[in-house]
Amino acid sequence: MIWSRHSISSPSRADATLARITGGIALAVVILLGLVLMLLVRESWPVLVDGGWTRFFVGDGWFPSSGQFNLLAMLWATLAASLGALFVAVPLGVLSAVFSRFYSPSWLIMPLRRVMVLLAGIPSVVYGLWGLTVLVPLIANWEPPGASLLSAILILALMILPTVALTSEAALAAVATSHLQGAAALGLSRTGIVLGVALPAARVGILTGALLAAMRALGETMAVLMVAGNVVQTPSSLFDPVRVLTANIALEMPYAAGDHRAALFASGLLLMLIVTVLAWLAGRIGTHSNA
Amino acid sequence: MMHDTKKLWRSAVLPTSYTLSNIEQGAACCVPIPQIQVENLSVSYHGKSVLEGVSLDINKGCITALIGPSGCGKTSFLSTLNRLTDLIPGCHMQGRINIDGVDVTDPRLDVLALRRKVGMIFQKPNPFPLSIRRNIEMPLREHGLRQRSAIDERVERALRDVGLWEEVRDRLDAPALALSGGQQQRLCIARALALEPSILLMDEPCSALDPIASAVVEELIQRLRNRYTVVIVTHNLAQARRVANFAAFFWMTERVGKLIEFGRCQSLFDSPSHDLTAAYVTGISG
Amino acid sequence: MLKNSFRLNDLLMTIIVWLSAALVVGAFLWLLSDLTLHGIAKLNWSFLVSAPENAGRDGGIGPILVSTLLILGVALLATIPLGLGTAVYLSEFTSGASARSIRMSLNVLAGVPSIVFGLFGNALFCIWLGLGFSILSGGLTLACMMLPIFIRSTEAGLSAVATEWRHGAAALGLTQAAALWHVLLPAAAPAIIAGLMLSIGRALAETAALIFTSGYVDRMPDSLSDSGRALSVHIYDLSMNVTGGDQSAYGSALVLIILLVVINNVAASLANRFLSQRITSS
Repeated sequence: MIWSRHSISSPSRADATLARITGGIALAVVILLGLVLMLLVRESWPVLVDGGWTRFFVGDGWFPSSGQFNLLAMLWATLAASLGALFVAVPLGVLSAVFSRFYSPSWLIMPLRRVMVLLAGIPSVVYGLWGLTVLVPLIANWEPPGASLLSAILILALMILPTVALTSEAALAAVATSHLQGAAALGLSRTGIVLGVALPAARVGILTGALLAAMRALGETMAVLMVAGNVVQTPSSLFDPVRVLTANIALEMPYAAGDHRAALFASGLLLMLIVTVLAWLAGRIGTHSNA
Repeated sequence: MMHDTKKLWRSAVLPTSYTLSNIEQGAACCVPIPQIQVENLSVSYHGKSVLEGVSLDINKGCITALIGPSGCGKTSFLSTLNRLTDLIPGCHMQGRINIDGVDVTDPRLDVLALRRKVGMIFQKPNPFPLSIRRNIEMPLREHGLRQRSAIDERVERALRDVGLWEEVRDRLDAPALALSGGQQQRLCIARALALEPSILLMDEPCSALDPIASAVVEELIQRLRNRYTVVIVTHNLAQARRVANFAAFFWMTERVGKLIEFGRCQSLFDSPSHDLTAAYVTGISG
Repeated sequence: MLKNSFRLNDLLMTIIVWLSAALVVGAFLWLLSDLTLHGIAKLNWSFLVSAPENAGRDGGIGPILVSTLLILGVALLATIPLGLGTAVYLSEFTSGASARSIRMSLNVLAGVPSIVFGLFGNALFCIWLGLGFSILSGGLTLACMMLPIFIRSTEAGLSAVATEWRHGAAALGLTQAAALWHVLLPAAAPAIIAGLMLSIGRALAETAALIFTSGYVDRMPDSLSDSGRALSVHIYDLSMNVTGGDQSAYGSALVLIILLVVINNVAASLANRFLSQRITSS
């Protein structure tokens, strides 16, 4: 009696070689991630060791030349900018997806989508350029200095909007037409169908899109650097200039050395940690819905 | 021992030339020499048994029909014969299968050579998204045939065999997917025939086709008798009666597929030994 | 009574939805029109080929375009083989836990902020491997960022290719390698190209990672080990560090966007061509 086990690969020599080669490549790619982590940890080790990481949360503030590395102010600024951007972009993005799917005249749907795809691909420097030359002076007219948390929030919102809109549109499109027709047959108005059936059914996809947008907002460097003012302080009002963690790294890396450099790497590590948690969450939501 | 197996296969897969001939008719249509010997075969997917304890012999040059209701393991049985079950996740096979004296359940077997010798036609025609010519030519090249003239000759022969040559000879480079369903299925048969197999496995080859195309393919299958050993799964009892020399009746008992009866097609239909068989072939149940 | 409140709800909702869409479209139209208005003046042939003068306020972006293309070239040379290999492995040779961990790693890699890649690229390519600030360092760093996107798209494309072809190929005694080469990869070509274009789009838009790996030098590069300024970095420099550089910045931004639009359209037409070569019967 011979047992035959499931094997995806056929037993030929060519395939065994191919499996080995591609397996090696895949391994290299996974190692890449490990490398990124390892390098970050190695470079930031001097400030992390011996409980040094507490330095990031206590102290007078961010004064690297005197060894002060309290980055709480920048952390708050990062969170404030990202959350603010999500607060603006997610409702707008979902609503424009609802528009595309339920309210738009048919000739408008494709052009609108193409524009969204184009906008999703516009480089962050271009958004930053526009923000710097148009948005910041506008805000300055209202309340100087213009380069502020508000401009950061607005520019970030603009940048993540296409992501939210496109993923929400895909999620809404995936809602079975039968559900929608069933709702209509029950006499629900369009509002009722959208709010009562479509959005709840699409909530997993929309949430995933929001998480992806959050990851993008947190990791964004250039656009925020160009419009936020870059003063290290905990924001007390929307019009305060702020510096986010990513911008801090970009601004100070060119001349940082020793502990200062290690501190910058450590803040990069922190960012990676936050993003990884979000990625894991997004993955969990996806599998949870399938379960 | 591995070398012995390989050697046996080498001699078995040397191309045997079958000459073309017209439709062969007559009562003494096949030789009752077993070519495929199945012994106590069981198949399960992810631990769930779908086929149990099947033993039968498929005779050389004959057309054997596998009949029975859906779900009793006929397709699984077919897939074990060319080890296609290797590709299915979670599939376990137990038992012995001898083809021309070689144990094909041996894990050291050269499966690629086996599959050249044992061709398979699927229920839904699956020509590759290539031209008609390349559909037949590509497998030939992959199996080692290189000269242009030899390839062209085989392509033409295969297409003539299935009756497609006159229909497609002037558009061999057109996409195969542009053909009709019946033509696609015949192309798939031609593709398998070009490799000069000795056994053909067919999994409900006509069920996805319209009645006319179905009739054409059925007539083609009849022409394959004697030159090839054909094992065909079919739900169409009338087709089985028309086409097959032998029939094997499968049925589900206790949620597992089993072989109930096997014998000459005529006798299975006219005077079945088993009650279940009688019930099925007269249409009472199943 | 109920009917009236329904109507009010509906009206309100319709207004909100249309307003949101108008707001979104309006904001983007504003952005795009500003961009075009301010940048169009600069667009001419000499701008595209001549070297920057006066710190970039005058002159053109010739050497910068060359650097950008070289960096992209290096990135593609690394990404395509590595990406195809990993995608093929994921799709054909593995499943279950092993596949899940590879995919998880890719997801995390995809989310890593670009500035962190800048740090990584600087530490690994510039310092540890000794490549210094160079087009090579920049290209290789970009490849790390492009890989997750490309792999995801290619693997999705391969997995979507009909199982019936895989089984058909196996039934003909074809090796997986042969099936991949002749049938599966060509069938997945639209998805592969789409993934490639998405990655190229990301690469061209990248700034932060390049500042720390390929540098700022705006001269025409002599070799891959020279430092080179990418188009996105040029825009950044002009708007932040050069007073009066806004005009040139807008011009460069317009060039970059036109480049992206062209790439997207080429991708779309290539994908269409591949799709039309396979007329599906079902």
